[in-house]
Amino acid sequence: MSAAPYTLPGRVVRVGEAVSLRIRTRTVVVSFALVVIVLALSIYAIGTGEFEIPPGTVVNALLGTADGGSEFIVRELRLPRVLCALLVGAALGVSGAVFQSLTRNPLGSPDIIGFPQGATVGALIVITIMAGSGLAITVGALTGGVLTASAVYLLAFKRGGTSGFRIVLIGIAISYLMISITDYLLARARIEDAQEATRWLLGSLNGRTWEDVGPLALSLAVLTPFVIPAARSLRALELGDDSAHALGLKVERARLALVALAVGLVSVTTVAVGPIGFIALTAPQIARRVARTAGLPLVCSALMGAALTLASDIAAQRLVPDRALPVGVMTGLFGGVYLAWLLTMEWRKGRG
Amino acid sequence: MSSAPLRADAVTLAYDARVVTEGLSVDIPEGGFTAIVGPNACGKSTLLRALVRMLKPKSGSVLLDGQEISSLPTKQVARRLGLLPQTSIAPDGITVVDLVARGRHPYQRLLRQWSHEDERAVSEAMAQTHIEELSGRLVDELSGGQRQRVWIAMALAQETPLLLLDEPITFLDIAHQVEVLDLCAKLHVEGRTLVAVLHDLNHACRYATHLIAMRDGAIVAEGPPSEIVTAALVEDVFGLKCLVVPCPATGAPMVVPAASQA
Repeated sequence: MSAAPYTLPGRVVRVGEAVSLRIRTRTVVVSFALVVIVLALSIYAIGTGEFEIPPGTVVNALLGTADGGSEFIVRELRLPRVLCALLVGAALGVSGAVFQSLTRNPLGSPDIIGFPQGATVGALIVITIMAGSGLAITVGALTGGVLTASAVYLLAFKRGGTSGFRIVLIGIAISYLMISITDYLLARARIEDAQEATRWLLGSLNGRTWEDVGPLALSLAVLTPFVIPAARSLRALELGDDSAHALGLKVERARLALVALAVGLVSVTTVAVGPIGFIALTAPQIARRVARTAGLPLVCSALMGAALTLASDIAAQRLVPDRALPVGVMTGLFGGVYLAWLLTMEWRKGRG
Repeated sequence: MSSAPLRADAVTLAYDARVVTEGLSVDIPEGGFTAIVGPNACGKSTLLRALVRMLKPKSGSVLLDGQEISSLPTKQVARRLGLLPQTSIAPDGITVVDLVARGRHPYQRLLRQWSHEDERAVSEAMAQTHIEELSGRLVDELSGGQRQRVWIAMALAQETPLLLLDEPITFLDIAHQVEVLDLCAKLHVEGRTLVAVLHDLNHACRYATHLIAMRDGAIVAEGPPSEIVTAALVEDVFGLKCLVVPCPATGAPMVVPAASQA
């Protein structure tokens, strides 16, 4: 066999004829770097706070070789919060990458197309009208989110053709509708209900315990295997519906499966910590720029989402002395700046 | 009558309630370079979409090698029938070789991402379209003609005996149009069956071995261009008064619009 007269980016690992894997060196290096950053941030987040624990002790406590006191603080008090941040961030990163690839638009993330706003309305209806709590609120939020996502999907996709721009515009319209309903519900709510409701306006990681981590980790473990075929479908769909079709993809079915996966991932995070804005929007785009891939890299997006969420939570806890802000405030602040920058860049490219 | 690897049998094609064509039958001749021509909105692209099973006929059937195309697994169809769509999207920041490699999608699996077969097919596709020296370049940075060659290379990497092209030269300047059609002619000579929807009747006459002329969703004439293209046919199909003269370069029929009557 003659040597190929071109260079395929990355390396090919082959095991016989049956197994061959394409590995992009830069993606691997970036992923590895992100893992290191995530670990460093985690150790910092666990080690600092009202009671300082040196990094070495944090690691020992995690490995189970530290004294009882440190081990309790690290494992029972601080680790669940960090794990929540990481899992939620990773899920949002992947969900955002899927949405943005599908809509072929960097604005096509679940926050922009109304999922969290719908979830908020669902939760508020349960809190303020039905006076429900606990599980009922969760069910309400999920119903609201899924209904909103379905409405956007049907309005944008069903009527022939799929312009990414259309789903973004319809999503924005529906989001504003949901925001208006939220305002209305808050205005007529009793003050105690309104307080409970604020958790649903800005996601928060405050007071997360293993009780929160368990279901979150379990649901993500169920959803994660679907990410692998999703990545393959996305690579074909990125080339346009017609090309994907020509490559043998069942376009409609693949797209529905991808939307279901992305909505599933957001739902899980919304149930766990409420709506956290902007991670799904920013993580995939930053990951793509750093990894310099064609299309959005799912693994890097997950790691980037985890790093951004944890960093935002660290900042939110320490920005105002004596008062922990909800992480949603930080991601909103950070995401708003990013969004402005993104739109400016898109305009310069003549696509705004 | 030669065997037809691809055939539409009494198909009625419609978008929702709007019927484009009714009871249309057409055979794509084996080993030919078929051009589908006709005025705007005559149904030629609709027919092509039906032939590649992107539009499901309301009635009738499309047969690929004698089998109902909608009953075949999509992956199997993708190994026999390639398509160069009218519009494709190159993901931001994709390189030429990466894009061509995506044509191997129907052959790849989770653990079989880059076999020696894939490597050979991509290498050959790039050689056939003369884009080897562009392999590391970004697709966004290429000229229109180069980009179209890259998309054709991606379709070639799919290694299908049948290749359908939907208006492959519409957005190109004349030099690039000829470049792309020369490439198509070469692929045809090398043994592929080609079907192209073309806007330019003269290009169709010059390059195609088989012409299908459509108007209002029906086929008006079909056959080799030198046999069917006459001034009467052009007036019938396009409503244009013209002269048909032999092309000075190739001898193929050439359509010259008549001097304006106004």
